[in-house]
Amino acid sequence: MKYLDEFRDPELAKGLLEEIRRAVTRPWVIMEICGGQTHSIMRYGIDQLLPDEITLVHGPGCPVCVTPLETIDRALVIAAGDDVIFTSFGDMLRVPGSNDDLFRVKSRGGDVRMVYSPLEAVKLARENPDREVVFLAVGFETTAPGNAMAVKQAAAEGLSNFSEIVSHVLVPPAMEAILSSPACRVQGFLAAGHVCAIMGWEEYEPIAAKYEVPIVPTGFEPVDILEGILKTVQLLEKGTPGVENKYLRVVREQGNPAARAVVDEIYEVCDRKWRGIGNIPRSGLKIRAELAAFDAEKKFEVEGIVTEEPAICISGEILQGLKKPHECPAFGTECTPTTPLGATMVSSEGACAAYHKYSRKGLS
Amino acid sequence: MSSHPDFEKMSCPLPLMDHDTIQLAHGAGGLLSAQLIDKLIVPRFTSPELDVLEDQAVLDLPPGRVAFSTDTFVVSPIFFPGGDIGDLAVNGTVNDVAMSGADPIALSVGFVLEEGLPMSDFHRVLCSMETAAARAGVRIVTGDTKVVGRGSCDKIFINTSGIGVIPEGVRLSAGSLAPGDTVILSGTLADHGMAVMTVREGLSFQSTVTSDTVALNGLVETILTAGPGTKTLRDPTRGGAATTLNEFAKSSKVGIKLDESTITVRPDVAGACEILGIDPMYVANEGKLIAVVPAAEKEAVLAAMRGHEHGRDAAIIGEIVADHPGLVTMKTGLGAERIVDMSVGEQLPRIC
Repeated sequence: MKYLDEFRDPELAKGLLEEIRRAVTRPWVIMEICGGQTHSIMRYGIDQLLPDEITLVHGPGCPVCVTPLETIDRALVIAAGDDVIFTSFGDMLRVPGSNDDLFRVKSRGGDVRMVYSPLEAVKLARENPDREVVFLAVGFETTAPGNAMAVKQAAAEGLSNFSEIVSHVLVPPAMEAILSSPACRVQGFLAAGHVCAIMGWEEYEPIAAKYEVPIVPTGFEPVDILEGILKTVQLLEKGTPGVENKYLRVVREQGNPAARAVVDEIYEVCDRKWRGIGNIPRSGLKIRAELAAFDAEKKFEVEGIVTEEPAICISGEILQGLKKPHECPAFGTECTPTTPLGATMVSSEGACAAYHKYSRKGLS
Repeated sequence: MSSHPDFEKMSCPLPLMDHDTIQLAHGAGGLLSAQLIDKLIVPRFTSPELDVLEDQAVLDLPPGRVAFSTDTFVVSPIFFPGGDIGDLAVNGTVNDVAMSGADPIALSVGFVLEEGLPMSDFHRVLCSMETAAARAGVRIVTGDTKVVGRGSCDKIFINTSGIGVIPEGVRLSAGSLAPGDTVILSGTLADHGMAVMTVREGLSFQSTVTSDTVALNGLVETILTAGPGTKTLRDPTRGGAATTLNEFAKSSKVGIKLDESTITVRPDVAGACEILGIDPMYVANEGKLIAVVPAAEKEAVLAAMRGHEHGRDAAIIGEIVADHPGLVTMKTGLGAERIVDMSVGEQLPRIC
């Protein structure tokens, strides 16, 4: 398939691996930010093929994983409402809150529907004027424009029965949180390609300068990831930190200005809790105060629901690259994809789930 | 107008007999039920056993062990590219019976119809069942029809049960696999699951993907003729090839090593999987089988399968190994090795 096969080409990959081997002279710890990249690394076994000097650690970039327990608990209360059509992307349906998940709410009679686009939720609101349609808007900068567009569209149509639970998170503050931790061992980043497709890379320049790390916007196919690793290693070896884009077919320096504009119009930056990590200042997006009518947490008065997370799970350390999934005593025993104890086992893109799915062998 | 009633012209108001939708009365056992069965159902499924309309079918079976299987079909939507719930219900049970090595002979059919189902839709389903049964060479010999109120089922549910007779000497078992055996897949993966998903409410998008639903009893016969030592056969339906292979590994307490480069997915199906973030190894197939054969017979079986219309794209995809019992692993396109795990519930499109 065009635009896929050439980025999965074993020969190209072999060539890049050889270049990485030639470039590397000492140990480096590199973090891939995005869960999609983690998934690809495990699926293709890229970690097994890299020279021993390179350690990949897995970043916080799985939106399903980092959505706080509290947001899920609030969503569950709203979704159980009689006059509510609750809509969500597919993989949020299985994410457990404190005691429940959206699938179970559905099985008890809640009208919970999977949508592929937030605009489908707006359509439902249009077609069901006597019911409240709520969309669970989670994700990084990548999904924010579409979710913002849904509010913009609903506002333009005067749909008073549409609202969103917004739990958007932003990558740069999370990177800063990781880099400023005294235990940080990350020396370079593969930045999340699709986030950069929206945001460009200018916001990474100050981070690269302040913490003296290379940051390389990288795609998701094996050849993309190997190119990103090669560039990061080259920058590390030369001692020249900075931002260099390796997702050339998708990412532009300014990102997508039209998409950024709609995000700014509808959402504003706020402090945000991350599941497994805790509160990170100015790391999230929420609906602007003047659009509060579209804020489901206000509309359904669920802001009083506050949930503390269980202490057993080490997902916080995993999301910051301090530990690997199999270093957790619960990994594969008490904690599995069917019985997740924490954030990183919850979604298929979480680092623990990816390890469990693709590389359990020999770890037990 | 006369003030006296005219008894001469009085008539009993007979219920309306021509309905364009299924009514509750169609399942009530009375006249409408009889009419539905006689006019719509029996003409499609004519067989000596069914035509006598007894409460049971009486069959004369050839000698041998009998394979017996049942399955219930609730697919939504009921019509999808490449097939419908009718041919799926026939092919599905034919395949379940055939995977034992049996020659499928007869099917029973139970319908649960939702009040309000368009009669034309029911007729269309019956016609595709007739065609599928004829293609598979099985007779539909007994059946039942129930109608439930609107909302109590989704348009139409179909249960089919089937029996077949296993030829002398054939004993297939997923528990009989041994290191060195060869794993053969009969064709491309994920066609059925993705065909249904592309027309499912909320996800619909234009594509050319069609279901692979087909009866595989002919292919099974071909395999057993070419490979009399065949260990096991299974059609990877729900849960996809990954689930079937994991079942094999667990049943025989062996490992399975696959080679990703040998597993084929049609480009349009691969595209749909990429868009939705779904792994074709976990998507349902309705016209494919996985055979495990002794290494000595692999070339003969592969050649025979490729000579059959439903096995043209057959390929050797891996082997049974003594390492990592219970686990399925795959050599990735890049030459690394990874686990192919059981699926955890339904495959869900990812956020990004």
